[in-house]
Amino acid sequence: MVHLIWAGMAIVGIVYAMMNGTMNEVNIAILESAQEAVTLSIGLISILVFWLGIMKIAEKAGLLNKLGKLLRPIVVRLFPDLPKNDPAIGYIVSSISANLLGLGNAATPMGLKAMEQMKKRSNSDEASRSMITFLALNTSGLTLIPTTVIAIRIQHQSVFPTEIVVVTILATAISTTGALLLDRYYYHQHRKKGG
Amino acid sequence: METISQMSTWIIPCMLLVILGAALWKRLPAYELFTEGGKEGIQMAFSLLPFLVGMIVSISILRSSGALEAFTQLLSPILAWIGIPPEIIPLALVRPISGTAALGVTNELVGSHGPDSFIGRLASTMQGSTDTTLYILTIYFGAVGIKRMKYALKVGLLADLIGIMASIIIVTLVFG
Repeated sequence: MVHLIWAGMAIVGIVYAMMNGTMNEVNIAILESAQEAVTLSIGLISILVFWLGIMKIAEKAGLLNKLGKLLRPIVVRLFPDLPKNDPAIGYIVSSISANLLGLGNAATPMGLKAMEQMKKRSNSDEASRSMITFLALNTSGLTLIPTTVIAIRIQHQSVFPTEIVVVTILATAISTTGALLLDRYYYHQHRKKGG
Repeated sequence: METISQMSTWIIPCMLLVILGAALWKRLPAYELFTEGGKEGIQMAFSLLPFLVGMIVSISILRSSGALEAFTQLLSPILAWIGIPPEIIPLALVRPISGTAALGVTNELVGSHGPDSFIGRLASTMQGSTDTTLYILTIYFGAVGIKRMKYALKVGLLADLIGIMASIIIVTLVFG
């Protein structure tokens, strides 16, 4: 899918340029945008180094665990199919906490562990109810601080790079709630059909 | 709406205060830990570089040729009717499919419209508030060998739609 989009965008653009005489613009864009992408990646270093450094401290200070303890009762409710002491719950909690703090690299391995545990329970090649709930939570993009977005805004000389933080949290809260409601709705729909 | 901007400015410094306070309280070597964690950031940025170069070049070919504009122009009457700014459509389309492509489009929108413009703020919010559904489903289900994902894709994509609509409404209300 990604391959199709990536190549597709360039091919459509080049063919369109052939027909509309914008080849020179395309030429300039190729060279300039590669440069811009490198500048952006370098620009990301500052905020990534800073944020991941701070989060390392947060982790060692036990704040990630604290956040997990806070989230645990909510998580247990969201996964009625899992027993309270199931190891999957622990992994789900740590994965969500890491995601909230913008530690995608730490969140993914934890999330995969959670999936493994859930697979042990269901023991089939069909997605279980709790797996779908977990992925619904993940795809709705749980984050407190959108670090890369802030970096992009700094790169383009925003006078107020962090002003979108609260708005982003609000939008995430709505899409997460939506994801969980949809998940419940389709689960019951599916059961009615005997699936 | 002044308070929302205020809160946004306070949130990061306040988190720092709590984290550094907790570290001193527990007598941790905070500075050492910071540098240790920071090293991961360098790696992350560099591993992102080829992905960003690829995507940003491809997007800007599409844009500079005029094809992207022609496409959004085509859709704009319908979109204007629902209240969606046409400029944001490429981002909304690509967000659930590819994370780096979305990052590229966001960078492009923030750059060409200005970070503090309506479109710049909307793109920032949209990019931050949803995640790459297709990527997450592929990675997680693939890793544990799930072949039938049932209603997972439907839930993920509809949730993205909710996130996109929510971003438009909230950004309009707050920054209008």
